[in-house]
Amino acid sequence: MKAGIVVFPGTNRERDMAIALRVVTGREPVMIWHGETDLPDLDLVVLPGGFSYGDYLRCGAMAAHAPIMAPIRRFAEAGGHILGVCNGFQILTEAGLLPGALLRNGALRFLSQDCHLRVERDDTPFTRRWKAGDVFRAPMAHGDGNYIADDATIRALEDSGRIAFRYARPDGRVDESDAQTNPNGSIKAIAGVLSANLRICGMMPHPEDLVDPLMGGEDGKPLFEGLVEALVR
Amino acid sequence: MSSATGQKPVDEALAREFGLTAEEYGNVLSIMGRTPSLTELGIFSVMWSEHCSYKSSRVWLRTLPTTAPWVIHGPGENAGVVDIGQGLAAIFKMESHNHPSFIEPYQGAATGVGGILRDVFTMGARPVANLNALRFGSPENPQTRRIVDGVVRGIGGYGNCVGVPTVGGEINFHPAYDGNPLVNAMTVGIARQDRIFLSAAAGIGNPVVYVGSKTGRDGIHGATMSSSEFDEDALAKRPTVQVGDPFVEKLLIEACLELMATDAIVAIQDMGAAGLTSSSVEMAGKGGVGIDLDLDAVPQRERGMTAYEMMLSESQERMLIVVHPDKTELARAIFEKWELDFAIIGHLTDTGHIVVRHQGRVEADIPLDPLADQAPLYRRPTAPSPEPAPLGQITDPVGIEQALIRLIGCPDLASRAWVWNQYDSTVGGQTVKRPGAADAAIVKVEGTSLGLALTTDCTPRYCRADARQGGVQAVAEAWRNIVATGARPLAVTDNLNFGSPEKPEVMGQFVAAIEGMGEACRALDFPVVSGNVSLYNETRAPDGSSVSILPTPAIGGLGVLEDVNRAIGLAMPADGTLVLVGATRGELGQSLWLREIHGREDGAPPTMDLAAERRNGDFVRQQIEAGHVLACHDVSDGGILVALAEMAMVGEAGCILSAPQSGMRPEAFWFGEDQSRYVVAVRDAEAFTLAATSAGVETRTLGQVGGDGLTLPSGATISKARMKAVNSAFFPALMDE
Repeated sequence: MKAGIVVFPGTNRERDMAIALRVVTGREPVMIWHGETDLPDLDLVVLPGGFSYGDYLRCGAMAAHAPIMAPIRRFAEAGGHILGVCNGFQILTEAGLLPGALLRNGALRFLSQDCHLRVERDDTPFTRRWKAGDVFRAPMAHGDGNYIADDATIRALEDSGRIAFRYARPDGRVDESDAQTNPNGSIKAIAGVLSANLRICGMMPHPEDLVDPLMGGEDGKPLFEGLVEALVR
Repeated sequence: MSSATGQKPVDEALAREFGLTAEEYGNVLSIMGRTPSLTELGIFSVMWSEHCSYKSSRVWLRTLPTTAPWVIHGPGENAGVVDIGQGLAAIFKMESHNHPSFIEPYQGAATGVGGILRDVFTMGARPVANLNALRFGSPENPQTRRIVDGVVRGIGGYGNCVGVPTVGGEINFHPAYDGNPLVNAMTVGIARQDRIFLSAAAGIGNPVVYVGSKTGRDGIHGATMSSSEFDEDALAKRPTVQVGDPFVEKLLIEACLELMATDAIVAIQDMGAAGLTSSSVEMAGKGGVGIDLDLDAVPQRERGMTAYEMMLSESQERMLIVVHPDKTELARAIFEKWELDFAIIGHLTDTGHIVVRHQGRVEADIPLDPLADQAPLYRRPTAPSPEPAPLGQITDPVGIEQALIRLIGCPDLASRAWVWNQYDSTVGGQTVKRPGAADAAIVKVEGTSLGLALTTDCTPRYCRADARQGGVQAVAEAWRNIVATGARPLAVTDNLNFGSPEKPEVMGQFVAAIEGMGEACRALDFPVVSGNVSLYNETRAPDGSSVSILPTPAIGGLGVLEDVNRAIGLAMPADGTLVLVGATRGELGQSLWLREIHGREDGAPPTMDLAAERRNGDFVRQQIEAGHVLACHDVSDGGILVALAEMAMVGEAGCILSAPQSGMRPEAFWFGEDQSRYVVAVRDAEAFTLAATSAGVETRTLGQVGGDGLTLPSGATISKARMKAVNSAFFPALMDE
């Protein structure tokens, strides 16, 4: 699997993502500068976490207009696979490649802590190594992860199975109103969503920071292993 | 020579306003041989401020041990550099941003983080960890909540955005910090030993390059503000506080590291306190060359800035670089790629002077040698502090169980999760032990088997009772916290926060603390490689009296693990025997038990025996290295029972405790703060104690791992759930969340 990681000014989790991809794929991902107007030949484009352009406007709003986004749109239209994590998820929503938006966390504070995610379906390239209903741990580190969309959009996402992950208790129970398990206050405890063709996934927590037992576990590894399985040519 | 730009005449009165004494101003006149211009006076006043010149502390700092075979650069550079093996170096330093953090907590703390990051990456290191040592006023003080909120948000806002994990630190509350909180920020970076960059300028004619943010009017005279006491008008000094932009800092890190991978740089220094003045003066001074600056070329954020304002501005995220002339365009291309300002603002000369030109006029022309050599140096009078009175007979009015509950809920011991959870501690993907998981944070060195163990420590109440013992204890506790993870302690950075050096009793505390630190550093082979002094931490009360903070010599410690997989934490394992390493006399003087249960802050602090410290620590580390220890926690604030409670709260199990040492009151055994001790969980207690005996180390079995809480010798069990509830209540209650 050939993966590329997009680097915007202010991106800061590109190294974490590169480590995770290297661990799982055994090969070095390509780093792609935000000013590029073409993508190399890739199976997967990753938009990693950080504070693109400082996020002084809405998170991801500036990055959504960077030159690199034009070829990324073409890549998406051609059926390419895209993973956006944290700031990457925010950029995908700002670019209109995924529905919804991410507001300030409910408590109006940056949250850096482990959370538990429940896998909502297991037939996508991002989730195929889990079983629907599985729960895994992932660190979250964001100030703006409170997912929101209008009722019709949420209903459509639910009906078409485009919710990839929800914040949950370790036993898998979801409680939208519980600040312990749904710390940023996301609607329907949504932590990750999918595009209609299931080839674009955005999520707030960081599976890439949990791929090594030394760092506390390998809970995030199945996501990358699944992508390798699905995308290897 | 033109006249100065400003309106006010330059005279002794203006010099005093700038913080110079009459005698210091007399020296300026004799060096210059004429009345200085306003810009020149500004340069003298900041270079000779306490903050930049260390005029009250220099004679004492020299007494600290600074060398060891593994020390590559000690004090004198932007940060300390130590050999961690495999051709790599750890570069680290701690620095205060106390005064700005009282005036404007968010920006004060944020720019504190930004400044210390620059001190580290300016030497060629990629920053890999931040820590911070914080002291706030009493939780009852209405200002405290505002300051805690701003400082925590500021640290998070800056550190999270630049993408450097905040992995550790410490927090204390005490009324002595009511009008003067302490924000001490530490950064640790990693560099290749053959690519370390220094600040001494060289090469007559070489261009001097300015990179980073534009210069504005913020922070003018910040260094001078940090060198005087606060008065009631402190908040009116808000314009002297700088404003940080972590996004630009992130770009600056990446651009500088990219440039450092080439061979373009001759010398580099960040523009920290006193901005363009200190960076240009220090770089030229260290290199023994002159420097000409053309301020018209300086990127400016505001119109109509004067030479004085530009030289004194403390605008953030700026660096000064001397480059090889044929690499200028290469350097420019890198900074333009990162969309940062890049300007050639001068060149090196053979005049030995700093010459500042602006709009066709010479605004300053100062000989560098006397500016440095004739900087004031004071051996200020000292007065001894009174010996702490002995504690006398004390009773236990509440019992062990109640005392434990009160202690783990008190401000100095309550869970800091509310704070840590606002700091990104995992970015970079190398954080092995996050805050609270071990006595020191553990960060893997990417691409190697190495791990860094990082901690900050100081017990100010001990320092106030006995500054010398407090200085010994701060160093010893940092050393102990590193040992408790299995790492080998290498070196420290110090951040010496004290009151006014013009008060003999404060100067006495300062000198005694340094003596104590020096003694401990020597005994533990734990040299000081960098540091910072923050004096004048005083608040003027409405009645006109001046209140000093507790003496707070904060120690930032660094250790290394050759195999990071061997690092251990403090979480109670599922099984094992709990053994106490080190002797217990039951010392309750200055203990948290005494303060929280009796409301008393008196008695002598615990005695320090550095030979025992070394012996116990070396033994514990060897046992960890050999794989015999499942978990380890040093015994500090709150004593043995608090240490056990902390292990249980984050662990898989609780413990069942045996009877305390006979012939000792139970509260003295469980809550005494005797030093040089560790609680370890081991699989084979017999083998462990046997090994200890042959190493001359005293041990005592405390009990067995098991159950779901702390089961006291009386049979009563304090459940983990109850302990956690009490422990986690303080911060949300303080912040009303």
